[in-house]
Amino acid sequence: MTTEIVIFAVLFLIVSGMGFVASRWRRPDDIASLNEWGLGGRNFGSWITWFLVGGDLYTAYTFVAVPALLFGAGATGFFAVPYTVIVYPLVMIVLIRLWSVSHVHGLVTPADFVRARFGSPTLALLVAITGIVATMPYIALQLVGIEAVLKTMGVTGDLPLIIAFAILAAYTYQSGLRAPALIAFVKDALIYVVILVAVIYIPTQLGGWGSIFDAAQAKFDKTPAATDGILLNANNQLQYVTLALGSALALFLYPHSVTGVLASKNRDVIKRNMSALPAYSVLLGLIALLGYMAIAAGVTPIGTDVNTVVPQLFDKMFPDWFAGVAFAAVGIGALVPAAIMSIAAANLFTRNIYREYINRDATDAQQASASKIASLVVKVGAVLFILLIDPQFSIDLQLIGGVIILQTLPSVALGLFTRWFHRAGLIAGWIAGMGAGMLMLYNVANPATHHDHFGGSAFALSKLGLDTKMTIYAGFLALAVNLIVALLGTVIAKSAKVVDGPDATRTDDYTADQGDPRVHDLEVTSST
Amino acid sequence: MTTPRTDRSPWNWLLLLPIAIPLIPALFNAVEPRLFGIPLFYWLQLGFVLVSVAATLVVYHMTRRAR
Repeated sequence: MTTEIVIFAVLFLIVSGMGFVASRWRRPDDIASLNEWGLGGRNFGSWITWFLVGGDLYTAYTFVAVPALLFGAGATGFFAVPYTVIVYPLVMIVLIRLWSVSHVHGLVTPADFVRARFGSPTLALLVAITGIVATMPYIALQLVGIEAVLKTMGVTGDLPLIIAFAILAAYTYQSGLRAPALIAFVKDALIYVVILVAVIYIPTQLGGWGSIFDAAQAKFDKTPAATDGILLNANNQLQYVTLALGSALALFLYPHSVTGVLASKNRDVIKRNMSALPAYSVLLGLIALLGYMAIAAGVTPIGTDVNTVVPQLFDKMFPDWFAGVAFAAVGIGALVPAAIMSIAAANLFTRNIYREYINRDATDAQQASASKIASLVVKVGAVLFILLIDPQFSIDLQLIGGVIILQTLPSVALGLFTRWFHRAGLIAGWIAGMGAGMLMLYNVANPATHHDHFGGSAFALSKLGLDTKMTIYAGFLALAVNLIVALLGTVIAKSAKVVDGPDATRTDDYTADQGDPRVHDLEVTSST
Repeated sequence: MTTPRTDRSPWNWLLLLPIAIPLIPALFNAVEPRLFGIPLFYWLQLGFVLVSVAATLVVYHMTRRAR
């Protein structure tokens, strides 16, 4: 146990030390400016961009939440694989148009785009707030990951969460996006080593893949719950499919994914990255199966916290020193994306709320300090999500964030293809979708922690009066409500001749590429 | 500069394959046949990654800018 803590602490200290050094990396002239702090000066090459985007895959989500769901519920948890298979082709179709229009008009956030496209500051404000709030539970998931590792090493009580929060806050406050960008290399290297060792070594110790699945099958057969098992059943197939599709649609609406894609040099770079990234989904799938390995190894979670199964598995199967390395990989793997996410949310606040509504003539230094404070607030919000919601599986934190962010799909993603929607319809749709989503989440109970509300994201269709045991991803249903209201609202607004906002974009803006005279580097426009 | 650029290409339809196939549980919701002891449900869905890589690679190469 002591060896584990020492190795974990040493690796963690080295890495956070690198974070502080990163403040001086590539000689930024003035880190006080928002452009430097929040966008790393935008002079990252495509390699670093790639690490930033790919870094979204290897988070506590991958290492802790997905295996925990397989451990507890079986096949349903494997939705993460179709989810990450679907998302890249979708990005290639959708976000590539956002890249073009953003580089023509100097847009940096999804809210910037909505403002230019629909001429509606209100809609832009809604999109900005949605992005910030939806990021909080996703960051919360990362904190839960660090917490799980600390718990396994014997740190008890509220201390793990406090430590996780303090580390994250301290080092993003100090050096902005530079810290996570530099650390991304170390993080990925550590993670690859741990994954490869885990998926090769552990199965050999447990008698091969066949017996791992047999053990999982045996465990699920014994439980009274009808929803688990190593295959899907008639009642959770719809949930599985809507979860995969809904998560994929949600992922690229998050502010941090948009930042990553916009930082690419040109359209071809995005396409190339999107064709290379799916390969990582294979590793993600193998990591997911750590949940079954934990079953086969007879691992039990600490207390009722299923998030600890993977750290517990490492603790049991690996020699102490390597368990320490693995814990550091999980911890740093949670820290880096959490930093990237909180910075992206902070940028959103500064650009679309602070500069728009609070201080129109803000200096660069004022914007940077507003961002830093906003990123702290976002992290506090994340902690509140953990304390107040306490869902059965930490993955539900991410799925709840998905329900929220999906409500920006009509204005952001569909807005990239059509200007048919009326701004009033989109606003009405957002309100209806968000209302429906919150109502559904409120009505999802969590039997494990005895919470009646906000216990997960699988909404029982029987609550709508349907005679079925089927469940569906709440975000998907909420999005459907949003779309129907937006459609009807648009028809009504148009027939009532309600004034629509001006569209600042042209059709060919959406296909412009590097070299086009209208395409500007974003660092020029975003620094103003 | 004379011809307006477009991102419409018949190749883009290929991207629908990796989006649609993983969303049809009837294709993979079974234990047998196993591969290295891994049930069909798991190995086939991992296999879909190859479909995604292939489709995105082909579209990337066919739609990249002529230079």
